[in-house]
Amino acid sequence: MSAAADRTGASPGEVQLAVAGVSKHFGGVRAVEDVSIAVRQGEILSVIGPNGAGKTTLLNMISGFFHPGTGSITLEGRNITHAPPSRVAALGIARTFQNIALFSGMTVLDNVMLGRHVHMKAGVLASFVYWGWARREEIAHRARAEEVLEFLQLQDIRKQPTGALAYGLRKRVELARALALEPKILLLDEPMAGMNQEEKQDVARYILDANRLWGTTIILIEHDMAVVMDISDRVAVFERGRKIADGSPDGVQRDPAVIHAYLGTARTLREAAE
Amino acid sequence: MFHRESGVFKTTYGADMALFPLPVARWTVLAMAAVFIVLVPLTVGEYYVSIINLILIAVVGALGLNILVGYTGQISIGHGAFMSVGAYTAANLITRLDAPFWLALPAGGAMAALVGALVGIPSLRIKGLYLAIATLAAQLIIEWTINHVPWISGGIQASIEVPRPTFFGVQLRSQVQLYLFLMAFVVIAIVATMNLMRSRIGRAFIAIRDQDIAAEIIGIDIFRYKLWAFAISSFYAGVTGVLYTYYLGIANYEQFQIGVSIDYLAMIIIGGLGSVLGSIFGAIFVTLLPIATRWILEGVGGFFFSQADLLNIIPNLRLILFGGLIIVFLALEPEGLARLWRNIVSYFRVWPFSY
Repeated sequence: MSAAADRTGASPGEVQLAVAGVSKHFGGVRAVEDVSIAVRQGEILSVIGPNGAGKTTLLNMISGFFHPGTGSITLEGRNITHAPPSRVAALGIARTFQNIALFSGMTVLDNVMLGRHVHMKAGVLASFVYWGWARREEIAHRARAEEVLEFLQLQDIRKQPTGALAYGLRKRVELARALALEPKILLLDEPMAGMNQEEKQDVARYILDANRLWGTTIILIEHDMAVVMDISDRVAVFERGRKIADGSPDGVQRDPAVIHAYLGTARTLREAAE
Repeated sequence: MFHRESGVFKTTYGADMALFPLPVARWTVLAMAAVFIVLVPLTVGEYYVSIINLILIAVVGALGLNILVGYTGQISIGHGAFMSVGAYTAANLITRLDAPFWLALPAGGAMAALVGALVGIPSLRIKGLYLAIATLAAQLIIEWTINHVPWISGGIQASIEVPRPTFFGVQLRSQVQLYLFLMAFVVIAIVATMNLMRSRIGRAFIAIRDQDIAAEIIGIDIFRYKLWAFAISSFYAGVTGVLYTYYLGIANYEQFQIGVSIDYLAMIIIGGLGSVLGSIFGAIFVTLLPIATRWILEGVGGFFFSQADLLNIIPNLRLILFGGLIIVFLALEPEGLARLWRNIVSYFRVWPFSY
């Protein structure tokens, strides 16, 4: 696949995705309240926080499922605040879900080929005929899909239906489908939930490799603090819909507000330490 | 189909993605083509060919409905009406403008596709049962419209007589000629459907069926593709309607009432949802079922019932068998005859050492 520079307009370190003053209320529930985050090209940003802190709602707003009540979301200077999910995907934001959302009736390969959908052009008539350039296009994108399958070591199960696969494999197929889109930004919602230590290490390696090989910006929601602190360039901490901290893993760990949110008051922490 | 695939190695993605990747499968297809194109017309009697013709027409319609219901996961109880749209469009073109079949067929299909896409618009908001009711409404509205607008229906008894198609100056009069004519369209419909379902558009349809949220997140505009599914499916239905009209020599709305919509749903449920082979099996099965029950009852029914009772029993028994079979298949083999066929094939694939 292409190098990072080909895929994105932004150069490393530049702000690629700007979430500015975004709020989302569901009835009386303030799921996300006045959140601003600037995501820089090529970084791995982890979003952490207790359950119900608004992490997934933030991801849903970036990927276009919800539209924020106030504030704006900008991708490389383009306003995507009210763009529908299919448009957001076409602009280069892919994601995986907390509960795996695969096409269970299709093979692993077809799932990954669907990740190529936005890059393909064949219309209805070309599909009916499946000759000439439509067939060549299909073969060219099959080669791309195979690269992703190889990267995630899924070649041996490429023709198996995904519904019958084990949990860890289905998670990996979902990641493959998202990577096949060649996204500029990859949103991962708890990619390691329910995995054992070894599987978590595998996923962490895939994330780091994707980030380094293709320069893919990664926004990660994860509860395993060891993993988060190891692989993140930056950590944003959420509590009750607000962002309470944002910085390097080390800095965030020492932040009193974060300690308060996770462990109660700083006083009890000190007491607990003693 | 009837082969084992050991010893065949593919070296390109193109070879792996062919419809029939194995040489032996290609020979099987050629042999079947020879049987159907040469042997059947030469050996089978006129009456039986006329029944096969009915099956051929049904195959086109079942394929179309399966694209919508089996592959895209949307429902339509209005396909009978879409067929009538195709039939009356073609009949009017043929009688008023003397249109040849190569114009009347796509025109009928296109008009049905347009109407089908219109009916599909609510599918963005409503699913399942509610969509079923919306399409049912379309069925009744279209039926009523055709019946009450003489400009469309030709006035008297809402029927338009249509001459048989002419092929290079030869009018197709016999059932065998009609058989070859219909077979050409069946082959086109089968190949087109297989191509569609293995390409970008078809994958998007299946994605919408399996997980519409995930489909959206990877960049599929759900509304647009649902409308395409309705339009393509209705195009097939429209063509089916035109073929019926040519076959019967008349366009009549009574041939396309709600019972027909149900028959076609029965075909794809019994044959196998989301399967090309299933559409073919279903079309054969549902077309033959009433004919077979009539033969059997006329043969042996006389021992048990009076002749007057038999006339009552035969049409009703057909309905009972239909309902029963749909329930049996939904409960025991939701993937239909196509799945049964696959089970048999995979049993013999490893026979006699099934371990």
